[in-house]
Amino acid sequence: MTTPIIEVKTLSLWYGKFQALKDVTIDVEINRITALIGPSGCGKSTFLRTLNRMNDLIEGVRITGTVLFQGRAIYAKGTDLLDLRQNVGMVFQRPNPFPISVADNVTYGLRVHGITDRTVRDERLQRSLEAVHLWSELKDGLNRNALALSSEQQQRLCIARLIAVEPEVLLMDEPCSALDPIATARIEELMAELKKLYTIVIVTHNMQQAARVSDTTGYFLLGELIEVGPTPQVFTAPRDSRTEDYITGRFG
Amino acid sequence: MTRLERNDRLIRLGLLMIAFSAVSILIVITLFIFSEGTPIMFKYGPGRFLFGLDWYPSEKAFGLLPMIVGSFFVTAGALLVGVPMGLACAIVLTQFASKRVGRILKPVIELLAGIPSVVYGFIGIVVIVPLIRENLGGPGLSVLAASLVLGVMILPTVISISIDAFQAVPPTYREGSIALGATVWQTIRMVMFPAARSGIVAAVILGMGRAIGETMAVIMIAGNAAAIPGSPLAPVRTLTSNIALEMGYASGEHREALFATGVILFVIIMALNILANWTSARRKR
Repeated sequence: MTTPIIEVKTLSLWYGKFQALKDVTIDVEINRITALIGPSGCGKSTFLRTLNRMNDLIEGVRITGTVLFQGRAIYAKGTDLLDLRQNVGMVFQRPNPFPISVADNVTYGLRVHGITDRTVRDERLQRSLEAVHLWSELKDGLNRNALALSSEQQQRLCIARLIAVEPEVLLMDEPCSALDPIATARIEELMAELKKLYTIVIVTHNMQQAARVSDTTGYFLLGELIEVGPTPQVFTAPRDSRTEDYITGRFG
Repeated sequence: MTRLERNDRLIRLGLLMIAFSAVSILIVITLFIFSEGTPIMFKYGPGRFLFGLDWYPSEKAFGLLPMIVGSFFVTAGALLVGVPMGLACAIVLTQFASKRVGRILKPVIELLAGIPSVVYGFIGIVVIVPLIRENLGGPGLSVLAASLVLGVMILPTVISISIDAFQAVPPTYREGSIALGATVWQTIRMVMFPAARSGIVAAVILGMGRAIGETMAVIMIAGNAAAIPGSPLAPVRTLTSNIALEMGYASGEHREALFATGVILFVIIMALNILANWTSARRKR
């Protein structure tokens, strides 16, 4: 057992009167891939967004319970949201590079956080693109508009953009749902490499993907975390009959 | 052919004729202005119209440069006032304000467009003009007064089109930026603005078109002296004012020269509209 980097305790979330998360308790371990599975609308994406407070952008959200990141309560008053989001970055369902050049995309986070030194920027640019295996493809096209890249390249670029600000945790919200199977396989390989340096939490509706890439799996149903455990155990010997129904395809 | 089919055909024909008449009215107006305005321009030479400094129609001096420059100054002034205000409003409404505030503010702003321009002119005369005269000097009726009032008058145009431009930016850009730890203002400056740029340009151009075309309010507050204004506090006459002020009594060549003024105005506004369409078409691509 390693130390958890994120500890979530009895977290509940309401959108207006609708309760989207019910008493979720889970530890996210460092340098592991935690997969969250469950049918659409079960709250897994909502849960992911509570981890870097992206739900703050939505009106009428109310949250109870605690989320500790590196031991600090992120919903406590006076939390530095900019610092939190630098440390807990997010990759979205659809690749969302900004409509600016490849280089400007990768260095965006650096500029935002006031890192203006050219050599630092160039060095991070190269290192981040190398980490996602885009450097050799794009090193001669750093000034190309990022929207001209393929979907897979765009998603890699979005991951590079996160890595550039040196986060601790990468939250991935169905990062492969807009990609074809080959591109998906390559992003999965990338995730396996990245977990050496980062902690990854991935939301996926693809159970095979969860089984392939993750160390820990949590199953969400109607806003409740039904079961969480080591991935092989959850997929071969689930403790809860509802998890079993879902992974055996009887439901969902 | 059944009776129903014949009915359909008749209705289609009727609608087509009505639709076509709208287009033909535009064509007739264009032809009319050009046929009335261009002969005199070529009689005295377009250079004397475009670059002449003196406007004494009774002495056959038809120099429109003061009015062209006047329109330019007043429009530029209106943009200086209206664009920053309009963009600020659009940013607040799309990026900062809650949905509830937006639902209250947006109709109010659109209501601004419904106020008749004579009312704007009236407010200009009783409030803005004395304020300028007493605090900054000059006659009060001035480029500055016209710019301030026109700046407010173009707000609805600038605001609603730049709101569209900001709303057309995919929300994922904003999310991506916020998720990297950017502040809302950094997100607006570094992501939203570049992404919405062509829409903002279209908003500015259409606001410009509205400012150039406005007549009533400008006549009431600009002072209308047919000379190039030497300062923002000097009176000024625009192309539209020139036509509206003198058309009532003009005849012969004087009347034709006013149509020539219309031709110049027409060309400027058409060019602006084409520019606006072109930039927004580029945005869609």
